[in-house]
Amino acid sequence: MADAVFLALSVITIGSAIAALEMRSLIYGSIALMGTLGGIAGFFLLLDSPFVAMFQLVVYVGSIAVLILFTVMLVKRELIFKKVEDKRRKFAGIGLMLVFIIALGSVIMDSGIKSITTDEPAVDFRNIGADFLTYYWPALILMALILAGSVTGALVLARREDVNNEQRTD
Amino acid sequence: MSNELIDFVLVSIALLGIGIYGLSVKRNAIRMLFAVEIIINAANLNLVAFGRFIPNSGGQTLALFSIAIAAAEVAVGLSLIIVAYRMYQNIDIADFRSLKG
Repeated sequence: MADAVFLALSVITIGSAIAALEMRSLIYGSIALMGTLGGIAGFFLLLDSPFVAMFQLVVYVGSIAVLILFTVMLVKRELIFKKVEDKRRKFAGIGLMLVFIIALGSVIMDSGIKSITTDEPAVDFRNIGADFLTYYWPALILMALILAGSVTGALVLARREDVNNEQRTD
Repeated sequence: MSNELIDFVLVSIALLGIGIYGLSVKRNAIRMLFAVEIIINAANLNLVAFGRFIPNSGGQTLALFSIAIAAAEVAVGLSLIIVAYRMYQNIDIADFRSLKG
């Protein structure tokens, strides 16, 4: 059975995920998204993986959520609060979500993973470092190249060509 | 450990359903990015949960890779949204139809 901390974390995570999508203002929505990401970090702590939890906090809550917040602030004010959606599509979306959750949930509940528990000690985070530097080193280098490439691509995409910003010489 | 694997998997399924709802209903480009983030986080939660219960360090390693790639994806996606906003003065995806034949 789940304990109280787990229940509180799941309420926070799922509630703020719904709030992130349904809040009228995009700014409050992105702050609610921070709540979801922090709740996931809490789940990682419950799963005895503090390294991934810290990584999640630093990368997601620290950088991605702030990046989204600044992008929202670049958008016109009335677009932040505007909400265009038709009723029929919304009900169809809710129906799709319920069908998806019930179907996947019933499959999972019928499968064998219902009875899985563990008494074994958690994986030491030193093993993750060793994995990164031995078995996964090509993937690590590839990931670094992808990150550099994507940041460069984002800068090139967002550059304005109509603004002339020559460097002053005087 | 008092929590079972099934609890974490059920939370992850709920987050996945919410993300699919957001992707299919919302027309605001930034909100669709929120939905994608929620789905990616559900996947990461599954990776770490299964890695804890096997137990194996591969789950956490893969989750770290996934977080880093998601950061790259968000940077590119947000800059695409900025470019589209500059072109159309709107972030409603129903307006982004120059490629429509």
